[in-house]
Amino acid sequence: MASATSRSVQIRSVAFSYANLLPFVFFALFPFYFMFVTSFKSNAELYNLKSIPFTVQAPVVEHYTFLFFRTEFFTWMKNSLLVAVLATSASVVISILAGYSLSRLRFRGAGSFGTAIFISYLVPPTLLFLPMSQVVTWLGLADTVWSLVVTYPTILVPFCTWLLMGYFRTIPREVEECALVDGASRMQTLWRIVLPMAIPGIICALLFSFTLCWNEFTYALTFISQSSNKTAVVGVTADLIRGDIYYWGSLMAGAVLASVPIVVCYVLFLDYYVSGLTAGAVKG
Amino acid sequence: MAVGPRVLEAAGAPGVGRLARLREWWEREDVFGYGLILPALALLVSLVAFPFGMAIYFSLSDYWVGSPGGFVGLENYRAIFANEMFRQTVQNSFVFTAIALSFKTVLGVWLAVLLARNLPFKRVIRGAVLLPFVIPTALSTLGWWWMFDSLYSVVNWTGIRLGIISPPGPNWLGQAAYAMTAVIIVNVWRGLPFFAITTLAGLVAIPREFYEAAEVDGATPWQRFWRVTLPLLKPVLAVVILFSTIFTFADFNIVYVLTRGGPVNTTHLFATLAYQVGLNGGNLGQGAAIALCLFPLLGVIVFLQLRFIRKE
Repeated sequence: MASATSRSVQIRSVAFSYANLLPFVFFALFPFYFMFVTSFKSNAELYNLKSIPFTVQAPVVEHYTFLFFRTEFFTWMKNSLLVAVLATSASVVISILAGYSLSRLRFRGAGSFGTAIFISYLVPPTLLFLPMSQVVTWLGLADTVWSLVVTYPTILVPFCTWLLMGYFRTIPREVEECALVDGASRMQTLWRIVLPMAIPGIICALLFSFTLCWNEFTYALTFISQSSNKTAVVGVTADLIRGDIYYWGSLMAGAVLASVPIVVCYVLFLDYYVSGLTAGAVKG
Repeated sequence: MAVGPRVLEAAGAPGVGRLARLREWWEREDVFGYGLILPALALLVSLVAFPFGMAIYFSLSDYWVGSPGGFVGLENYRAIFANEMFRQTVQNSFVFTAIALSFKTVLGVWLAVLLARNLPFKRVIRGAVLLPFVIPTALSTLGWWWMFDSLYSVVNWTGIRLGIISPPGPNWLGQAAYAMTAVIIVNVWRGLPFFAITTLAGLVAIPREFYEAAEVDGATPWQRFWRVTLPLLKPVLAVVILFSTIFTFADFNIVYVLTRGGPVNTTHLFATLAYQVGLNGGNLGQGAAIALCLFPLLGVIVFLQLRFIRKE
């Protein structure tokens, strides 16, 4: 009897939670669903005020074929991949060194360096994009993907260093000291002992860096004007719109496809995203 | 092994001795520490601190794209403060940030409380709710743009069918108040997961005993939330809100894609106005001055954040 009531209370509580979560899940997912559906509608259906917007009557792939054969979509994707891979690897290496140094080694000024990293982590890119566009010009990198490879680490390194410092701190000091006593050099200790123990943190830093690079918009929009040098996010946003005629179908198809790499990473490594978000508190 | 650098030197091998001494020097804790931090420091000095100094110089000079001008003192600041468009932007930024942050905080805490419950499919629900934060904002904003289209808006279509909106419905991006509403909705949509997931981490860290004690004392769920959960969440919430304040204030992507600051500048934020004046208009001096208006707020937030971190 008692257990039956507590069971029904439990069921009611679960139902209550689901009922309250439903609007949030709907709010979060509907725009993606709608973009996906729109990308498969024919123009006739898209611009027919009488048709029901939520479903597709006759799915077509013409917007995708337009994207593939009439635009530089693949070049944009390739550029994004190149920039994200290079900037991410450089940033994570720099951040491992700095993060280890700041969290484990004792030297004068370590605290102030940590503060400096934290402050640059809080500086929004939108504060610096104008002078940065001049720096990029002076470096001779204007209008190339290299302008992004060079500037993205300024966003990534503060974040990754901060994130990795947290992971390095959880590794017991004794392990390192043992290695040093046994005659390993400091670099060997970092490479052979500390790094393997910080692998979850490093995966997290890699994932977040890659995502931030792929998603970055302000610098990519500002520094690059030639279509064939654009990244996927900027190419789709800026180059698929011509005058007043909107290519809504191909615009949505581009937005869907350009998100795919991030969705794949996300589905595969969901738990790392959640833990990285809570550990480092990403820019949001 | 066991041949120290001194022995080698004494044996007349100065080259090897120097190398060994160098190695010994490199093994010192402080030298190694400085060495490892050097690449990061070089990067931040050359590509954050230096551009920041340049931004200040630009804002004090008559600098146009392609033609470096002379020092003009505070002339750019005087010009932008006298500009109606800029004053509108200041107002927009405060309205946008205040409303968006309030919604993100309240809904974020509520969502975190729901997500903290031990439900079937907990992981899937968390994954779904976090998605807007992970997908490229500029791209998802394209989807919202289409949803707010003047003629084919799915929001209006649904509203009219449900009888909530009288046809033809608002022109979301073409009327000042509606455009601001749209921009805020998208910002809340994108920022809510960040609030919810970080708050959730704070929530999970609250010891169960506190709730059990409150329950023994006969506290209602509502009382438990106000007296136990919220006070203990305060430190986490403070950090999240400070963080989000600066990045909401400095937002660029959503406004740029959705409205370009329009209609008639009613949704311009500092970043989008700086882009329009500095890059589209070519007036780098005034553009930099506008962007630097973010700095006082950034200063306050950095100060408060550092105090929080030190306390912890």
